[in-house]
Amino acid sequence: MKGLVPIVGAVALLGTVPLITSSNVVLNFLVLVFLIALVGQGWNLLGGYGGQYSFGHAAFFGTGAYVTAVLQVRYGVNAWLGFGIGIVAGGVVGAAIGALSFRAGLKGSYFALVTLAFAEVLRIIASVAPITGAGVGTLITLDLRPEALQFQSRAPFYWIILGLVGVSLILIRAIEDSRFGAYLIAVRENEDAAEALGVDTTAVKLGAMTISAAITAAGGCFYAQYFLFIDASIAYGPWISVEALLAPIIGGTGTVFGPLLGALVVKTLGELGKFATGDAPGLDLVIYGCVLIAVVAVAPRGIAGMLSDLRRHFLSPKTAMPPSLRRDHG
Amino acid sequence: MVEPLLRVEHVSKRFGGLQALDRTSFSADAGRITALIGPNGAGKTTLFSIIAGSLPPDRGRIVYDGVNIAGEPPHRLARRGIARTFQIAQPFTGLTVRENIAVGAHLPRPARADALAAAGDVAREVGRGDLIDRPAATLNVAGRKRLELARALAIAPRLLLLDEVLAGLNPSEIRGMVPVIRAIRDRGITIVMIEHVMQAVTSLAEHVFVLCEGRVIAEGPPDAIAADPHVVEAYLGRGAAGRMMATGSAHA
Repeated sequence: MKGLVPIVGAVALLGTVPLITSSNVVLNFLVLVFLIALVGQGWNLLGGYGGQYSFGHAAFFGTGAYVTAVLQVRYGVNAWLGFGIGIVAGGVVGAAIGALSFRAGLKGSYFALVTLAFAEVLRIIASVAPITGAGVGTLITLDLRPEALQFQSRAPFYWIILGLVGVSLILIRAIEDSRFGAYLIAVRENEDAAEALGVDTTAVKLGAMTISAAITAAGGCFYAQYFLFIDASIAYGPWISVEALLAPIIGGTGTVFGPLLGALVVKTLGELGKFATGDAPGLDLVIYGCVLIAVVAVAPRGIAGMLSDLRRHFLSPKTAMPPSLRRDHG
Repeated sequence: MVEPLLRVEHVSKRFGGLQALDRTSFSADAGRITALIGPNGAGKTTLFSIIAGSLPPDRGRIVYDGVNIAGEPPHRLARRGIARTFQIAQPFTGLTVRENIAVGAHLPRPARADALAAAGDVAREVGRGDLIDRPAATLNVAGRKRLELARALAIAPRLLLLDEVLAGLNPSEIRGMVPVIRAIRDRGITIVMIEHVMQAVTSLAEHVFVLCEGRVIAEGPPDAIAADPHVVEAYLGRGAAGRMMATGSAHA
């Protein structure tokens, strides 16, 4: 498969970080970057490749987190198994929401609103249902053994989330190179034309939403295991829906590395912002907003799009075309 | 007689107070080019949309290859071998020409590499092999019409529905397109075309149906159709044929 080398290279390079430094600040920062990259990659498949803009990926993140946590705490299920079941459960929720929305023919902003509504409904249910710990939240018992998917140091967590990001990158690259991926992009570009060429657009969107939800749910499972505490506003809160779409939009929607690049930039700016503003509440969000405006204005195809434009510009200035007519075909 | 590949039987469609199609029937023989003409508002586009699966008929049957396909969604029709073009070209503007055609070529070819290779062959068949790696957004109207045709051909259809594929082209572009369409027919693909450009209809079609106010008012070979008084009246108004005959004989 073409394009595998950069993915393996990047993941291998990032994998050496815990060997170089044991600084908890650095590792914690990168773990959060990878977590957002993973959650954003889920959004990127459905939104970036499929053109279906979800505003409620919290529904999948939260489902992964709660299933992992509740299975352990209430049913004594092994954490690794709970992690896997959490991913599957996220996919099932994605398929269910997708089936309801796509069969009803929801598109564009209506689809975005309905996904937001589903996430909010799940948040409210989780904040009152006894099984989720209601308003108190769910605390996973401290049990620092690898069998329980808990570790003394941060390094193993780092490698696990990096591994998940690596798998998601390869998966997206494989989809790019498949009939399913070509059909998904065709749906984004023009649904009627795709339908006339034999694309079952409802099935393609449903498939994309299921995989997308499962990827984002994996982020939720990891979150629960890493922080050992979740409540309704963490798991199903709008913050994660926003992070999920911000990373790929800033990094470059519909590109393999977009979510990772975007997560890196957003989180770096967030940390710098917190540092510069002395933890004034909400000011880092103002910086987020400014970055988003700048990206939309300067590089509507995100950082990945800007980089490929620059590369093309310097490699072959003669064949350069206006950016609005170009797309990345890497 | 050979069973026609496509038979439209007594299809009716009403939009509110407007009877767009009134028990319309026509058929297209395998391996031939059949044209559907008629003045504006005759119901051509409605009929086309019903055959292509984007609209369900109120009544009537669409028999393709011996099966009633009325009401089937477009993607199923494509899998049965029915391809269509859009009157206003609908390219995937974010993709290159090759990637556009590959979406169609994927229908019979699951592997990405096969679909991309086949896309190159189809682009050459419609005479645009040179544009293969251009972004579709940079194509002009003529380029987009050929892309529309190439994408439809890529699904390897048995029946090709052309919705005004020559509209908006200049005469030299039309002259370039006519042999392409004829070559598609010669490959054994049955063609049904809606067309306004009469020059193209007379040089391409072997059989013409004239639609007016939702009914077929005449059918036959193109030159017979052009002389049919009903057809002249449909286009130019009641009594026009009589007046033309009168002036024609006065001049003679």
